[in-house]
Amino acid sequence: MTLRRRFIPYALLTPGALWLIIFFLIPMYFMGEMALRSGALETGGFTFTWEWSNFSEALDGRGEQIVRTFFYTGTATVLALLIAYPLAYAIALKAGRWKLLLLFAVIAPFFTTYLIRTIAWKTILADPSPVVDLLKTLQVVPEDGRVLATGGDVIAGLTYNFMPFMILPIYASLERIDLSLIEAAKDLYASAREAFLRVTLPLTAPGIVAGVLLTFIPAFGDYVNAALLGGTNQAMIGNKIQSLYLVERDYPEAAALSFLMMAAVLITVLIYIRLAGTEAFMGDEDEED
Amino acid sequence: MEAATTTAPRVRAGAGARAWKWLREHALNIYAGLALAYMLIPIVVIAVFSFGETPRDRLNFAINDGFTLEYWENAFSITELTDAMLTSIELAALSTVISTVIGTLMALALVRYRFIGRRGSNLLIVLPMATPEIVIGAALLSMLIIYNISLGFQTLLIAHVMFSISFVVVVVRSRLIGFDRSLEEAAADLGATPVESFRYVTLPLLAPGVMAAALLAFALSIDDFVISNFNSGTTETFPLYIFGVQLRGIPVQVNVLATMLFLVTVVAIMLVLWQQRRAERMASVRPEPVV
Repeated sequence: MTLRRRFIPYALLTPGALWLIIFFLIPMYFMGEMALRSGALETGGFTFTWEWSNFSEALDGRGEQIVRTFFYTGTATVLALLIAYPLAYAIALKAGRWKLLLLFAVIAPFFTTYLIRTIAWKTILADPSPVVDLLKTLQVVPEDGRVLATGGDVIAGLTYNFMPFMILPIYASLERIDLSLIEAAKDLYASAREAFLRVTLPLTAPGIVAGVLLTFIPAFGDYVNAALLGGTNQAMIGNKIQSLYLVERDYPEAAALSFLMMAAVLITVLIYIRLAGTEAFMGDEDEED
Repeated sequence: MEAATTTAPRVRAGAGARAWKWLREHALNIYAGLALAYMLIPIVVIAVFSFGETPRDRLNFAINDGFTLEYWENAFSITELTDAMLTSIELAALSTVISTVIGTLMALALVRYRFIGRRGSNLLIVLPMATPEIVIGAALLSMLIIYNISLGFQTLLIAHVMFSISFVVVVVRSRLIGFDRSLEEAAADLGATPVESFRYVTLPLLAPGVMAAALLAFALSIDDFVISNFNSGTTETFPLYIFGVQLRGIPVQVNVLATMLFLVTVVAIMLVLWQQRRAERMASVRPEPVV
């Protein structure tokens, strides 16, 4: 009986674990192997030759594209945070009985197709449109300027499309705050600003850290926004990987570039956790129960 | 930063000062309102443009011509589009069933048992969520190319189940963690066999979590473009169709179907939320409150 009991969790786990190992983990190995192959599709395909030059070739002449990817993704992540935090704050702490409905209203747009949402932004930011006219009146966009195919629209699209990943973790961390702590801070003569900076903000730091990661990672690999909203000079690394795999069919170089992208994401995430993470996660542990 | 605006302000005379005070007090709400509008505008645009009259029956990005029901009446008149939509629905349905079953089993194992390899399993579940989609798609494609496996509906199904599993596990697990085991023990005390107690106690209480997970899996699958684009071959799903036609001009029916899909999903979410509340009320009926 005990032996059978010990066997149960593995039985429950096996189908899912196998699926993930075979179709997620092992493919990562094959992507690495592909990155070291050489040859051409026309001349009998690619063979494994430890072709390390694929990596330098993948980076060659792509400096601008890489910097642009970091810039777009970073800006979009910061903007998403600036929009999401006050919104989540208002919903979690000020909305009362409307809380669920408002949260639902915020998330609902993301149940329409991602591509159509992005195309909708094309409609909104097209010239002429009320939004662009307003931006021109406010002198954000020059009188003879435009928004589409400038990069600003790609950032806007990225910010919008990954917003739920920012809102939900922040909302969850705000929801969990013990309001009596904020009351206590005020009883101890903290101003609203101080109470926010010293109590609310540190307590929601784990939500912010999670939100930033969950926004940055998918946005970094995105190519839909740049493809639909950007022009030829707004391509991100994702666009290149996509075209190398599906159009040029230079699989080794494509795999090498994908690998480098994953490495870039991993390193950025690790640095970020180093800088922001430890403190943020500590706060969480202290306050649990 | 915004919370600072709730400071009790000193009373000052003058209309300007009062307006300023009002603004300061409501700054957070105004900001949140604007942010909410920002989130909802694209939906409104999609819905509005599904009624827009256009010369070539393609979406053009200008607010000009008249209002028409033509595209709603002929929602399914473009065969390619309708086929792509049906493929998407079939794919999403299959992928939802498979990933929900597999993922729920995994969540049960992870929450209810302590075993060797538990940490590793958790890592295996988090990893796909922490990898950019394009890398997931590219890696799978690399393997399929190396083994010369032809791309199509099957490879799409494999990919969709793969990226849905993690999300299912996370949703069901959060539900299981708050689960009151004493109810199952009570069932056992009353003479229920393990199978009976699972069927009549565990499953009904778990159902809303599983439903929510299934809904999420469905939404993820029907919406996926990036990973599908890598592993679809010639099979066309709804998002792939849109990407294909967007350079030639998008038929207005795309917006009609998107609006329909949105409405159906909203209703489904409402139902799940409602069911969840009911289950919570059911679960809260017990002699002793659990602290």
